[in-house]
Amino acid sequence: MSSLSERLLHALLDTLLMIGASSLVVLAVGLPLALVLVTTGPGGIFQALPLNRVLGSVVNVLRSIPFLILMVALIPFTRLIVGTSYGVWAAVVPLTLAATPFFARIAEVSLREVDHGLVEAAQAMGCQRRHIVWNVLLPEARPGIVGGFTITLVTMINSSAMAGAIGAGGLGDLAYRYGYQRFDTQVMLTVIIVLVLLVTLIQFGGDRLARWLNKRG
Amino acid sequence: MVSFNRNLALEAPHIRLQGLGKTYAGGAGPVEALQDIDLSIRRGEIFGIIGRSGAGKSSLIRTLNRLESPSRGQVLIDGEDIAALDAAQLVRLRRRVGMIFQHFNLMSAKTVWQNVALPLKVAGVAPARVRERVDELLGLVGLQDKHDAYPAQLSGGQKQRVGIARALVHRPDVLLCDEATSALDPESTQSILALLRDINRRFGLTVVLITHEMAVIREVCDRVVVLDKGRIVEQGAVWEVFGDPAHPVTRTLLGERERGLPEDVQGRLQSRRPAEPGDLLLEVRFTGAGRREPDLLAITQALGAPVILLQGGVERIQGHAHGRLLLQVGDDGEDVPARLHGLADHVEVLGYVVPV
Repeated sequence: MSSLSERLLHALLDTLLMIGASSLVVLAVGLPLALVLVTTGPGGIFQALPLNRVLGSVVNVLRSIPFLILMVALIPFTRLIVGTSYGVWAAVVPLTLAATPFFARIAEVSLREVDHGLVEAAQAMGCQRRHIVWNVLLPEARPGIVGGFTITLVTMINSSAMAGAIGAGGLGDLAYRYGYQRFDTQVMLTVIIVLVLLVTLIQFGGDRLARWLNKRG
Repeated sequence: MVSFNRNLALEAPHIRLQGLGKTYAGGAGPVEALQDIDLSIRRGEIFGIIGRSGAGKSSLIRTLNRLESPSRGQVLIDGEDIAALDAAQLVRLRRRVGMIFQHFNLMSAKTVWQNVALPLKVAGVAPARVRERVDELLGLVGLQDKHDAYPAQLSGGQKQRVGIARALVHRPDVLLCDEATSALDPESTQSILALLRDINRRFGLTVVLITHEMAVIREVCDRVVVLDKGRIVEQGAVWEVFGDPAHPVTRTLLGERERGLPEDVQGRLQSRRPAEPGDLLLEVRFTGAGRREPDLLAITQALGAPVILLQGGVERIQGHAHGRLLLQVGDDGEDVPARLHGLADHVEVLGYVVPV
C-alpha cells in the first residue's frame, strides 16, 4: 500500500489532468460559442436570430441539468467517445459538456458589455466584421473573459470531485473512498486543504491576470 | 489656403441629401426621426447641424457614412448614392469619411498608438507605413509623448485628440463630428475646436458637425441648419441665422437671455405713453445684414440726451456685427426709432420707463 503522500500526489495529478484537458476544450469551444451568441443576437454584427435562439436553448438545457445527473446520463456517449466510462478521461467528457455552456454564458455577458460605441467607431473607420471581433470585442472583453474562465475552473474542480465519486479518480475520489467510506479523517482533511490551496491559487492567478489586462483605469 | 476653400465652394456640392427620411419602429407605432431633409454641403466648409436632443441630429450624421440607413431619400457623396454601395465599397467609403464621437469611443485595451494605428492595420497597410503615418498624426494633434499611454490615462481633451488622429489616419476628405465637444470642459472645447478649424484649413477637409451648443456653431461653422423634430426649420450662413433667427427653436437655442429684459428694467416699464413725457426703452438690433457697424457716436447724436446703455453686447460672427443694445432715451413725443434709420437693423420701442 502506497503512502498517503504518494496517493495524494497521484490524485492531485489526476485532478489537474482532468481539469487541464477539459478546460482547454471549454475555452476552445465556449469562447467561440459566446461570440456566436453575442454577434448573432438582436442588433449583433452577424445577426441571425433563428440560429441564436437554437444555440441559446441548447446552452440553457445543458446548464439546467445538475452535474451528477448529466454525468450518469452521458455514460453511453462517454463510452462512445473515449471507449470507457471509468477513469480520468471518462470524466473529461461530462466535465467539458457541463462547463462549456457555463463558461459561454459568462463570456457572453462580458462580450455583451463591450460599449456599442466602440463597435460603431470600428465600423466608421472601415473595419469589417471579423476585424471587429478580433480588434474590438475580444480585446475589450478580455479582463471579463479571464475572470469568467477563473470562475469556470473553480466550478470544474468542484464538479471533478463529484466525478471522483463515480470512479473518475482524482482528489474527489481519494476523499470519497478514504474519508467517507473508511472514515479516514486525516485523508479527508488533507484533501480539503489541497483543494483549498488549489482553488486559492487559481483564483489569485486569475484575478491578477484580469487586473493586468484591464486598462480601463 | 482660405482662397482654396472659396474656389472649391463654387463647385458641385460635396455631400448632398435629397428627400431624406428615417422612420423607426417604436413601441407606440412608427417614429419619424427625420423627414424631408434636403441639404447641400460644400467641399471644404465646416457645416453645422444644431438642434435640441431628440431632434434627429445623430440619426442625420449617421446616414452620411451609412452607420444608419435612411428609410427614404438619398445621400450623395461626390454625386454617388451611398445606398448603392456593396460591403467592400462601403468600407472604402468609410475610409474616406472619418468620424469622431462625443464619448471618444477609443479602445480601452489598446494604447494611444495602437488606437490610431487600428484603421490602417485593418486596411492591410504595411507596418513601416503605419508607423510613419501614426507618428505623423500624433505629432499633428500634439500627443507625440503619449504613444504608450492607455486612453484611461488621458484627459477628455487628449482622448478627443486621439479620436481625431484616428479619424484622419486614412487621409479622409470628410470629417463627421458627433457632439465632439459636448463631454469636454470649456477650455478643452476651445482647443478641440481650434484643432478642427486648423485641420479644415490645412487639408481642405469638409467638416460636418452636430451639436446642441450654439457657441460651437458660432466658433467654427461656416453654415448651419437648425433641426427640430426631424425637420430642417432654418438654414443659412451662421451670421444670418444668428443675426436674425426666424424660428422659435433657433431663438431658444440662442438663449432667451438675448430677448428677455433685465428684471429691474421690466419692473419699471409700462406699455402706455405717460401723459408727461419721460424716457422710453429702445431696443436697437444689429443682425449682420448689410454689414452695418454699430456707430455709437452717430447713434447718440441721432437720439439726443439722455442715452443710457442699460444692457447690450455686440459679437462678431464671420465679420458681421451681431447683437443688441437696450437704451433708455429721452422721449420728446416724436418718432424716436425713425431717427436711427440707417444706423441699426431693427429699432423697436419696448415701453416707457416709469420715473423712480
